Amino acid sequence: MKQRSTFLFSVMAFGLAFLYVPILSMMFFSFNRSRLATVWGGFSTQWYGKLFSNSQVIDAALLSLRIALLSATLATILGTMAGLALARFRRFRGRALLSGLVTAPLIMPEVITGISSLLLFIMMAEWLGWPGQRGFTTITIAHITFSMTYVTVIVQSRLTAMDLSIEEAAMDLGSRPWQVLRDVTLPIISPAILSGWLLAFTISLDDVVITSFTTGPGYTTLPMLIWSKVKLGVTPDINALATVIVVVVAIGVAISAVILTRADKRRERDIQMAIAANK
Amino acid sequence: MSGSAAGWFNRRGWRDLIIGSPYLWLVLFFLLPFVIVIVMSFAKTATQSPPFAFLPDWPFIRFETYHRLFTSSLYIRAGIISVYNAAVATLLCLLLGYPMALAITRAGKSLQRLLIMLVVLPFWTSFLLRVYAWIGLMGKNSWFNKAITAAYNTFVPAAWELPGIQMMNTNFAVVLVMVYSYLPFMVLPLYANLEKLDGTLNEAAMDLGSRRWEVFRDITLPLSIPGIIAGGLLVFIPAMGELIIPSLVGNAGDPMIGRVIQQEFGQNRDWPMASAVAVALLFMLVVPLMLYNHFEAKAQAGAH
Repeated sequence: MKQRSTFLFSVMAFGLAFLYVPILSMMFFSFNRSRLATVWGGFSTQWYGKLFSNSQVIDAALLSLRIALLSATLATILGTMAGLALARFRRFRGRALLSGLVTAPLIMPEVITGISSLLLFIMMAEWLGWPGQRGFTTITIAHITFSMTYVTVIVQSRLTAMDLSIEEAAMDLGSRPWQVLRDVTLPIISPAILSGWLLAFTISLDDVVITSFTTGPGYTTLPMLIWSKVKLGVTPDINALATVIVVVVAIGVAISAVILTRADKRRERDIQMAIAANK
Repeated sequence: MSGSAAGWFNRRGWRDLIIGSPYLWLVLFFLLPFVIVIVMSFAKTATQSPPFAFLPDWPFIRFETYHRLFTSSLYIRAGIISVYNAAVATLLCLLLGYPMALAITRAGKSLQRLLIMLVVLPFWTSFLLRVYAWIGLMGKNSWFNKAITAAYNTFVPAAWELPGIQMMNTNFAVVLVMVYSYLPFMVLPLYANLEKLDGTLNEAAMDLGSRRWEVFRDITLPLSIPGIIAGGLLVFIPAMGELIIPSLVGNAGDPMIGRVIQQEFGQNRDWPMASAVAVALLFMLVVPLMLYNHFEAKAQAGAH
């Protein structure tokens, strides 16, 4: 029985308005002719033109994308390994420590992660002479470290929910452990790995605090560029940039939702067919 | 594959590789840096590069930073303001997020998916830009501030009327933007929890003559406590250490801990003090988490 409640639905409507009015207002004022970002002065798309001809913005966006692609990919590999280790290897030395190391970055405030990473790089430079200059490499390392644990959490929960008998069956049929991993386990958890990658990619693309601590001269990511502009106040070109980002993200989320739903459905259908075939 | 290398890889190597790689990475780039922060908090500042030093003789370490932490009003105030802001933001997220989560569970299946996506979508856009969107709304020239000011002026006596409400650079702005940014973290665990509740309990209570709000008070609310705690922690923990929001919309006179850490480290170049404040912040986060774990272990034990 589902009863209707005017109270619940009005709070829901208020909540959605609360979430979307600021974003829509920002998008609306990106088409403002006036330099004053919050006073309407007529329709214009001039800020988009300025945005796409601003090489500073383009360079920062490209740098962010390069870092996000590399760090998300490595974070997914390392995070999946950690997820496999925690979900499939019941006993190994230091298991408790690993499971602690995987949860700790999730609750660690970004300021602390940022400062401690910076201190590590400074100390390493002092003792080992590396890294001489902070920049692309140090940002990427810091991003991998805090985004890989998100991948681990997703992959680990998928593995825990997965039917162990499929892997056991493959073992019984003579597959070696690495063959089971390659042919059975990884394909089954691939939607979880994909979600993990997407999350790691988004986190890296969005990060400003940890990046600001681990970057060096000449390496300005897009969030850092926005940060330095936002500190000076509201300007129409950031409204335009924000609109572009919101639209790209909305499309990306919609596409990945469709892909993941399809993968889910396909998996369910495969399981159904397998059950039907064995009857 | 042939030879002993493949044999070794089959037996032990792949297992060692899978465990070892993430292990090594996290120890090197997460645990070691954190140990450096703890050690640093016992050093003292020095005019050299890097700007810290330990005592030349036994016991080498100093507790001066921790002494300052508990005696200087700057750090104590920052701690109180952080707890206050994070607690108020968590409470407001709960008051707004709970009915939203409940409303989603009452909707049809396809509408549920859409509503969840609408709640999550802002989270995938840039965090910085969501803060920025509020900077646009809260400025005194914005349509939002003008509308709120007009509404306020119609309800108060003429003597209290204001030309524009000061929203930017206040603690209120920090709390408001934190609620805005972390609302999805409250709604999702609550939804996951409420969705699993057995509807027949509600029906039974209704059949036995309970009113709707009594059903909520006696059944739904107690059963959703795990969801409330999970959501509360997901909001409270990042809110406590928040740096971006207080830096952009907050009042410099009422700093939160994150901002104090950044200032000590950056402007003041007092690395030991920044480290000590960081350690203190972590302690403040670990206590509620341990309470949560304790609570959950108890609940698990009770369930079995």
